[in-house]
Amino acid sequence: MSTGRDYSKLLTVTFSQPMPYEWSMGKWGSRFFQEIRERQSFIGIRCPKCGKIYTPPRRLCGPCFTELHELIPLSDTGVIRAFSTVNYPFLDPNTGKQRPIPYTYGYIQMDGSDSIFSHVIDEVDVSKIEVGMKVRAVFKKPEEMEGNINDIVHFTIIG
Amino acid sequence: MPRKVAIVGAGQTDHRSHRPDVNGRELIHEAVARALADCELTIRDIDAIVIGNMDHFESINYVDAWSVEGSGGVMKPIMKVTTGGTTGTSVAVAAYYHVASGMFDRVLAVGWEKNSESDTTAAIITCSDPVWDRFSYSGAIPSLATEATGYMKWSGATQEDAARVAVRDRSHALNNPHAHLRKPITVEEVMASPMLAYPIKLLDVCPRTDGACAVVFAGEGLAEKIAPKPAWIKACAVRHSLTWFGDFDFNAGLMSLRRASQEAYAKAGITSPADQLDVAELYLPYSYAGLKWIEDLGFCGPGQAPRFIADGQTDMDGRIPVNPSGGVISTNCIGATALLRVAEAAIQIMGKGGARQVPDVKNALATGFGGCFWSDVAILSSQKS
Repeated sequence: MSTGRDYSKLLTVTFSQPMPYEWSMGKWGSRFFQEIRERQSFIGIRCPKCGKIYTPPRRLCGPCFTELHELIPLSDTGVIRAFSTVNYPFLDPNTGKQRPIPYTYGYIQMDGSDSIFSHVIDEVDVSKIEVGMKVRAVFKKPEEMEGNINDIVHFTIIG
Repeated sequence: MPRKVAIVGAGQTDHRSHRPDVNGRELIHEAVARALADCELTIRDIDAIVIGNMDHFESINYVDAWSVEGSGGVMKPIMKVTTGGTTGTSVAVAAYYHVASGMFDRVLAVGWEKNSESDTTAAIITCSDPVWDRFSYSGAIPSLATEATGYMKWSGATQEDAARVAVRDRSHALNNPHAHLRKPITVEEVMASPMLAYPIKLLDVCPRTDGACAVVFAGEGLAEKIAPKPAWIKACAVRHSLTWFGDFDFNAGLMSLRRASQEAYAKAGITSPADQLDVAELYLPYSYAGLKWIEDLGFCGPGQAPRFIADGQTDMDGRIPVNPSGGVISTNCIGATALLRVAEAAIQIMGKGGARQVPDVKNALATGFGGCFWSDVAILSSQKS
């Protein structure tokens, strides 16, 4: 409690303690980050019914309601399908701190994949970004990787 | 065949950005007490309760139990239903199912939120996948911005076209004593407001609000005795589609709304929505939705919404008045927001709209939006069959 509390006003109680969670990635999610560390490349997975290739690889195809098994090696490049540059401040629940702004949220279709991968693009000047531009994933050094989404630092425009 | 069901009463708080004078259950009680007073029932007359909000906004997970003092749920059948932004329509649809099944006669639906109690964007981010999406996702605005960009590209709509939607809703809110934002704005002011995420500016989006809404549903045979003009449920339709934001096709229409409305129109015998519906209370969380989504609802053809809005066809005296309450852009207590659409549609049928009343409403449309581009639709009517 702050020492400057004004008892003449309506009071509130603040909760700001860490409350950790531990989320399972499953076997294909784990494999994705193992491949990132070993090869610095993406993998996808093909639905046996509709043939759609998803990255990150997911265990289940929602529309087909079926299980996926066939992994597909992909590269580290893709195409911007949509993006948005974020200018407003907000608390990042992953860190408990304000997320640095501005930053660009990108929907990237990896080459050889049919689904869209969400990540960030290292360009915040909207006049320099266009849908359809080619991007490449920039990874952490393998020895610094931790097996999570931060192992991909960002995507960078390559043309 | 399901039993016929009507809304017989509705209540809501006077919505504000911050209500430090009440906790959540006291806020809920304000709306419930008003709903019961509206239909001259007491809590003893209520057979079951369906309640919902977005738990992570207040970090209170057991809301059905925690709020019984306010909802009136002590020793009653009570269920929590929570589906994100569509929570309000989900509790309405669930209450409708309760009565339509014949197992309950009078059921109370409650939606509420105290948005002031947490960081709204941080809370919304927790709806996205913790392993893959939270790292880059930044709440509702950028995915809506992406949708808006796609719509503008193929339709030729401009930022000014969208601004007119915000101006309309904020102007309508002046007639609603419960609305949160009751100050008119101009297209110029929308255009000059800070850019949050291109092309969405501050005045293009909904506020964050503390508020609650409660609606009483009753079955045929009772509804006519409780209310002089019950608002009969003609159709409800629910389409919850995707969970990965990357799976959404930003260059197509809002397919969940298109499919849900088509199903509801078919059930209600509506073939020309803009002519057969007398009023629409739409969950439009940002201005561009007021263009693109009315095309998906079939009010006008693809790409025609900017003209439809500019011609005043959705104004209070237009062909199909949209959001007489001021809509979501004027009031957004998230777990209550979609239920407010249902409540306001019922208020229009019951003729209790006061300064925001549209004359002679026979058919009214209410929608809910949320999740990962999910949609719910309800059609209410003054006619039982």
